[in-house]
Amino acid sequence: MDHHDHSGPKAGADRRGFLKCMGGWAGAGALYSVSGGVMSSIGLDQAIGAPAKAASFTFLQVSDSHVGFNKPANPDAAATYKEAVGKILALPKKPDFIIHTGDITQLSKDQEFDDADQIIKATRLPVFHVPGEHDMLDEGQGKAYLGRFGKGTQGQGWYSFDHKGVHFVGLINVANLKPGGMGSLGGDQLEWLERDLAHRPASQPIVVFAHIPLWTVYADWGWGTDDAAQALSYLKRFGSVTVLNGHIHQITQKVEGNVAFHTARSTAFPQPVGGQGPSPGPLKVPTEQLHSMLGITTASVVHGKHDIALVDDTLA
Amino acid sequence: MPKLPAARSPLAMHLALALTFGFMPAALLPVLAAAAAPASAPVTVKIDNFVFGPAAITVAPGTTVTWVNEDDIPHNIVADDKSFRSKVLDTDEKFSFTFTKPGEYGYFCGLHPHMTGKVIVKAG
Ligand SMILES: [Cu+2]
Repeated sequence: MDHHDHSGPKAGADRRGFLKCMGGWAGAGALYSVSGGVMSSIGLDQAIGAPAKAASFTFLQVSDSHVGFNKPANPDAAATYKEAVGKILALPKKPDFIIHTGDITQLSKDQEFDDADQIIKATRLPVFHVPGEHDMLDEGQGKAYLGRFGKGTQGQGWYSFDHKGVHFVGLINVANLKPGGMGSLGGDQLEWLERDLAHRPASQPIVVFAHIPLWTVYADWGWGTDDAAQALSYLKRFGSVTVLNGHIHQITQKVEGNVAFHTARSTAFPQPVGGQGPSPGPLKVPTEQLHSMLGITTASVVHGKHDIALVDDTLA
Repeated sequence: MPKLPAARSPLAMHLALALTFGFMPAALLPVLAAAAAPASAPVTVKIDNFVFGPAAITVAPGTTVTWVNEDDIPHNIVADDKSFRSKVLDTDEKFSFTFTKPGEYGYFCGLHPHMTGKVIVKAG
């Protein structure tokens, strides 16, 4: 694997690094528009001489496409993923890129990864991935995912990059899970994250994305990340932090200090509200209701404004 | 009553006949006693609604435990100490493991680690 640090001052946020990442792009879902925060000080882009400047833009988040899923309430998750792509193509403002927050496939099969790639490619947008637990089910426990999307990443596939003054960090919390636990980042990744953030100005807006929520939504169903507090401690000093997750197939949000947490809908099937049902399995809704429970998210970054505005759209 | 394995030897056939007709040649008694001891009969653990049921089982050494996934979401079986690990089990798929050594074997689902279970292996 080609391990270089996208955000480091050397190889970091150079254009080639960014483009390499884009080579690994492959999904679509939520659209985030990032607003520039207080970018008066020298951002990383300028510091390393990259041409990118702080500016307003939008990006999308898609999540939990589960390509290969074919059971109630959705007999064809590839078809609804295609509908999400249709939705993206019809957006009035073209997003700069897409972030896919994992569970690209249902069972990590090559065919499922291939199908998912074909579908999202139709957006003609760069796609940044992180895996969900459903993408780690090959014999190599994630090697298939890394073979496709691991280029230019660290460890199990984590990475960061800068775009128009905003720093994006993709974290992996579905590898090496512990009995009785929830999601897990692990010591190596936490160390990397601390280094990745260490020399950034507190005024730089940060977007962190990972599959399983980085705050505890519902512990009994494992909807949280055991060592997320450590990661969040490194983010405390930043003025604008946006955390984007998937996994629970529904919108939840919370603001804690300068950190805004948000989970996106799935493009495949809904899940019950935590604890409201016998298990976190698919919520079997009538066919006519399905599309209103699937969707994508748009993020708007407005230069000079502090918060990134998130707008969730359904496939209905 | 668990199904008998397909007869592979004359001895096994005799055993099958003996079981069928309740006729038990004295020479076969020790074999039969071992095979029929209730604690070593195969045991099934169902996965239903993200729960292993029963969550804790006690079996004799040599017992084969089979897990069946009855959910419409995949799961797998991973020993806490990594001594065994199933491939991913989609709906209705099964995984079997034979426990030969006495001990306590905690396990969990590698996808949903809040799902945990235990196999206690001890001589009856
Ligand atoms: Cu599971």
